[in-house]
Amino acid sequence: MEEQNTDVIQGTLDMLILKTLSLEPMHGFGIARRIEQISRGVFKVNPGSLLTALQRLERGGWLDAEWTTTENSRRAKVYKLTRAGKKQLDSQTADWSRRASAIARLLKAEG
Amino acid sequence: MSLLSRIANVFRGRAMSREIDEEFDSHIADAIEQGRDPAEVRRAFGSPLQLREASRDLRLLPWLDSLRADSVFAFRRLLKTKATSAAAILSLALAMGACTSAFRLIDALLLRPLPVAAPERLHAVAFEGIGANRQSMVYDSCSYPMFERMRAAVKDQAESIAVSYAERIDLTYGSGQEIERAYRQFVSGWMFSSFGLKPAAGRLFTADDDVTPGAHPVVVLSHDYWTRRFAADPQAIGRTLRIGDGVYQIVGVAESGFTGTETGTVTDVFVPMMMKSPRTLASFTNFWLRTLVQFKPGAAVEPVHERLRATFRTIQEERATTFTGISKQQMDRFFKEKLLLEPAAAGRSNLQREYRRFLLALGILVTLVLLIACANLANLMTAQAAARSREMALRVSIGAGRLRLVQLVLVESFWLVLLATVIGGVFAWRSAPFIVGMISSPENPARLTLPADWRVLGFALALALGVTFLFGLAPALRASSVKPVLALKGGEDPHSRRRLMHALVVLQIAFCFVVHFVAGLFIASFDSLSNQPTGFSAARILNLETVTQRPQPAVFWDQVLEHLRTLPGVETAALTTWPLMSGESSVGSVAVNGAPPSETMTDTLSVSPGWFDAMRIPLLAGREFNAGDANPAVAIVNEAFARQFFDGANPIGKSYDNGRGSVRIVGFVRDARSRDDLRLPIRPIAYLPFHAPQPMARGTFVVRTSTANPLALASILRQEVLRARSEFRVSNIRTQQEINRSKTIRERLLAMLAMFFAAVALLLAAIGLYGVLDYSVLQRRREIGIRMAIGAQAVDIARRLTAEIFLMVLAGAIAGLALGEASVRYIETLLFQVRPSSFGTIAIPLLVILTTALLAALPAVLRAVRIDPVTMLRAD
Repeated sequence: MEEQNTDVIQGTLDMLILKTLSLEPMHGFGIARRIEQISRGVFKVNPGSLLTALQRLERGGWLDAEWTTTENSRRAKVYKLTRAGKKQLDSQTADWSRRASAIARLLKAEG
Repeated sequence: MSLLSRIANVFRGRAMSREIDEEFDSHIADAIEQGRDPAEVRRAFGSPLQLREASRDLRLLPWLDSLRADSVFAFRRLLKTKATSAAAILSLALAMGACTSAFRLIDALLLRPLPVAAPERLHAVAFEGIGANRQSMVYDSCSYPMFERMRAAVKDQAESIAVSYAERIDLTYGSGQEIERAYRQFVSGWMFSSFGLKPAAGRLFTADDDVTPGAHPVVVLSHDYWTRRFAADPQAIGRTLRIGDGVYQIVGVAESGFTGTETGTVTDVFVPMMMKSPRTLASFTNFWLRTLVQFKPGAAVEPVHERLRATFRTIQEERATTFTGISKQQMDRFFKEKLLLEPAAAGRSNLQREYRRFLLALGILVTLVLLIACANLANLMTAQAAARSREMALRVSIGAGRLRLVQLVLVESFWLVLLATVIGGVFAWRSAPFIVGMISSPENPARLTLPADWRVLGFALALALGVTFLFGLAPALRASSVKPVLALKGGEDPHSRRRLMHALVVLQIAFCFVVHFVAGLFIASFDSLSNQPTGFSAARILNLETVTQRPQPAVFWDQVLEHLRTLPGVETAALTTWPLMSGESSVGSVAVNGAPPSETMTDTLSVSPGWFDAMRIPLLAGREFNAGDANPAVAIVNEAFARQFFDGANPIGKSYDNGRGSVRIVGFVRDARSRDDLRLPIRPIAYLPFHAPQPMARGTFVVRTSTANPLALASILRQEVLRARSEFRVSNIRTQQEINRSKTIRERLLAMLAMFFAAVALLLAAIGLYGVLDYSVLQRRREIGIRMAIGAQAVDIARRLTAEIFLMVLAGAIAGLALGEASVRYIETLLFQVRPSSFGTIAIPLLVILTTALLAALPAVLRAVRIDPVTMLRAD
């Protein structure tokens, strides 16, 4: 546990990765950076967790990975969403919005 | 990532690690390229090793990976102790191979269902009666009219099928005069369709091929015979063959795999029932076929059985009315006969009856040997586990779970078993056909289909797993229950392991004793059986079984005999119907002094003049047959005959009535064995002159050669018979010794195998004992050192150890004796003239085991005595 508030909310990393990849295929570090950028620095992805999360998603069949060569002629692994991954993202998104709105309602009622 | 690729990943660990590292590196390079500080990036990523481990577990099946790692580790451990592992694997392989081959034999002969539709609905009719010697006996032959009555009685619930015994017959093809031998079985025409069999070529019989006696000269070949004799040539269909004086046409070939219903014999030629001689078919008293009952789907067994029983009863009552001059006891016995209905999914044969107990005994012997080998391995693993207790403790300390440790040790055991199974499989592959080869004799070849299919593989696999748990589980549990603190300090209770090991040694000795005890009984049985007096001399006797196509008058037979007598190398020659002890016999009734025919029938055998001389059967009184004697006016009888009918008095000059006329006894000879069952006393025999008014189609020339090896003359004699008269064909040549030997095949084989397994069991038990004692001395060396330091002499130490061994052997022997005596009941029918509780049968195994135990203990005792207290007490 770190002191800063930049941790990804527990259990949402998979969804964030899937969402990021649904925009375009990307390599590992790019995903982390994109999450950081879009969240305007609210979330910082731990590269270690990112790596295992990618493996997990690949094992689940939601990602496809491919080695490519970058413009600097360096080998990099590019991930892209599969059809199953798209479905998974949809269901996770729906689930998340259901829960987030519930939390929002609860907080409103109290505040 | 699919399950398959995850399984595959288990076996490409290194490549996968490289992939993970590469990916990891690319991410870091990526980050650095984005302008982050290399050190900071590395810190953010965390430990690469931990990351790699986590990624690995995601990419493969963790349990499979641990199993793989354990297997690799266990295999390395096996290689580290090459000699011990090899000994363990070989002993286990021998035991498991023996078990597998015993299973193959039992399965092939007794368990494997016939390849027919719904074999479980097939039953066989048998009859249980009380024999002349008051023992219950089961036979399963019927006459054809009986079969027809029974079939009609249960028609609506079951189809009955008549099958004759498969018998070896002579046949010739087309005009070729070469005699071939083949197995013929008469079967009901509807057998093939009831069994749901399809022709491999041509057509099979139908009910229409089995209607009128003598009117269906057709045969169906078995697929096996078709392949062997005709190389599966479709042209064989339509060819004709001659059996006896009948000409038959081949109409088809049965489905491959179906070899008749006589398990243990492969039928070559199927003939419709109706082609048996009309006289036999009509006869109520000629029992020559088995009745198989195939239940219709859904039919219950009991009502059918009840109806068959009632039918049999009626038949018995009708038959009884035709009996004349029969004693009351005989009548009682006759009516006490019971009809049984036995499941016959595996077919029905005499081989099954004869060898069921044999195989059971063999199965028990090999199981005991397997248990001994397992006990050995359990001890080995326990000793190894003790040596590894520190390693195990370390594993527990750094977080290994109990289950993981059990798995580790079990995997080691499984390696041993796996290697043993492979070697044992090769052993079983070879040994089962070897045993079948041994039990088949030239005149009665046993042929069993011994496929290595899923049944055998399944058995071997189940055996391997069972054995692994049997000897591996206890040591594994022990190894895993190690208490790290105690073990690392080196202060575990040293006696706890030894107690388990000693118990196992006692068990081994008990089993070893049983094996030796039973082996001793079998050897003694074989010995007394093969030393049963036969009453004649078999040395240098050659039997030429001869047939003619058409019956020939006696003078022609005499001409051939005279010709044989003139040949060089022939000492004497004579003629008879069949060789002594060949298994063939004919009986006749005897009535003396006008009394009704006696209960005991007498064997009759036709012999020519000179036969007694050739067989070396001494004449006690009266005279031999001469050329003028003719059947049936005169007879020569043996001692048993005189005892039975004349109270042992000299029967010369007396006469008896054979039911057709009076026969005068002119000679009196010593007892000689005519039947083939050596377990029964020699029967009364009336020898009759070979000369009979009616011509004969078969006979046996008995030749005593002057050379030591009678078979050297076989081919010459075969040609000379043909040269003397061209109608005469020798169909079979056997030495008398070969015939005699063939009567004790089962006993000889059992004695041989039992002896072999006894030796193996002894060796295994000795190895086990040696290992345990050696280990126990090693464990107790400190204790022994202390004892010696405070004044114990070498003799005292030796005595203590020997007493321990003696106690173990004694405990084992007592348990073994109890087991052995209890098991005798099941093998009684295999024994002959041995007393299971006599001094010798108990003392010999005990002595052998005790001596072996002491020899096995010697190295350990010497080691203990040589312990130097000073070095021992200084060490650690």
